Amino acid sequence: MSHTATHEAHSGGGTKEIIKVTIILSVLTIVELILGFWMMGITEPGFRLAIKGTIVILMMAKAFYIVAYFMHLKHEVKNLIMTICVPLFLFVWFITAFLYDGNSFKTLRNRYDKHFKEQSTIKVPAKAEGHSEKKSAE
Amino acid sequence: MSTTTTATTTNLWGGGKSPFNVEYGKLMMWYFLMSDAFTFGAFLISYGTIRFSTNGWPDPNEVFRSFPFAAEGVHAPLVFVSVMTFILIISSVTMVLAVQAGQNMDKKAVVRNLILTIIGGIAFLSCQAWEWNHLFHEGAWWGRNPFMNADGTASSTNFTNYFFTITGFHGFHVFSGVIINIIMLIMTLADKFEQRGHYLMIEKAGLYWHFVDLVWVFVFTCFYLI
Repeated sequence: MSHTATHEAHSGGGTKEIIKVTIILSVLTIVELILGFWMMGITEPGFRLAIKGTIVILMMAKAFYIVAYFMHLKHEVKNLIMTICVPLFLFVWFITAFLYDGNSFKTLRNRYDKHFKEQSTIKVPAKAEGHSEKKSAE
Repeated sequence: MSTTTTATTTNLWGGGKSPFNVEYGKLMMWYFLMSDAFTFGAFLISYGTIRFSTNGWPDPNEVFRSFPFAAEGVHAPLVFVSVMTFILIISSVTMVLAVQAGQNMDKKAVVRNLILTIIGGIAFLSCQAWEWNHLFHEGAWWGRNPFMNADGTASSTNFTNYFFTITGFHGFHVFSGVIINIIMLIMTLADKFEQRGHYLMIEKAGLYWHFVDLVWVFVFTCFYLI
């Protein structure tokens, strides 16, 4: 209970760093939004995928800045950084395996389940008060 | 600096020292946040898996295109959600400032920045409440999906189920974060931390609040942008 009087050394940080990270986070968010707006007019799937990939990389950069500077992890002891970050590498398998599995399920269903394939080609007729009606009325 | 680090790393595990050099509560907060990251990760990966296994998916720019006080047919994609994102980033910044003020034992600055953080959190929750209400009136809810896929084909309820579950779970985290911050504010005003001689509790609340912001970065990207 009484050990708390010994303050942890607060190396790094300071208001200057907070301002810097705030600006970086804002700029990254604005770039993400610009990419999002840009993507609306693009129909080519490969290009869209490239933009989506860029957005994901920017997202990871934002996550890094929040964890490293706002949550102060960069200024902690290396042992602490390792005990937090190493288990998170499980996500590499987690994301890869599950998204691959989802994609494989789609491919298999499209190949063997004719009903599934057919359902995804039938266009919905515009409903009276549906979403599409409003869109076409614009 | 370099000499002190080498001196500490060599006998860090030799006993009699704190290998992580943080207080117990803070370390446990980190471990809790790690488990929470896996919970959110599981949600988002499940969403991604379902999306990858489906042929069509609704276009987020068509679904999330409204803005409060705007005309009914307005087409303003990404605008409202970017406001929400900036609210959360700014409230995260005020939280860092509160933590920093706590390290300097500056009670006044802690109170001011905590109040700003709470206001930011409440503003975010209000935005989310408006958005949910708006979507509900468009006919979207768990088990109901009025939107169709981007290519005009029928969509399943997976889209709305995942959207409401994940943003709802995140919103619940924001709500509990606001409650925690209010408790911190009351404790600061009651001079609890001045009596203890440190503001470490604010740092733990701060970690939680930043995590909420961090999760929103992922939710925002996964649901609204891509």
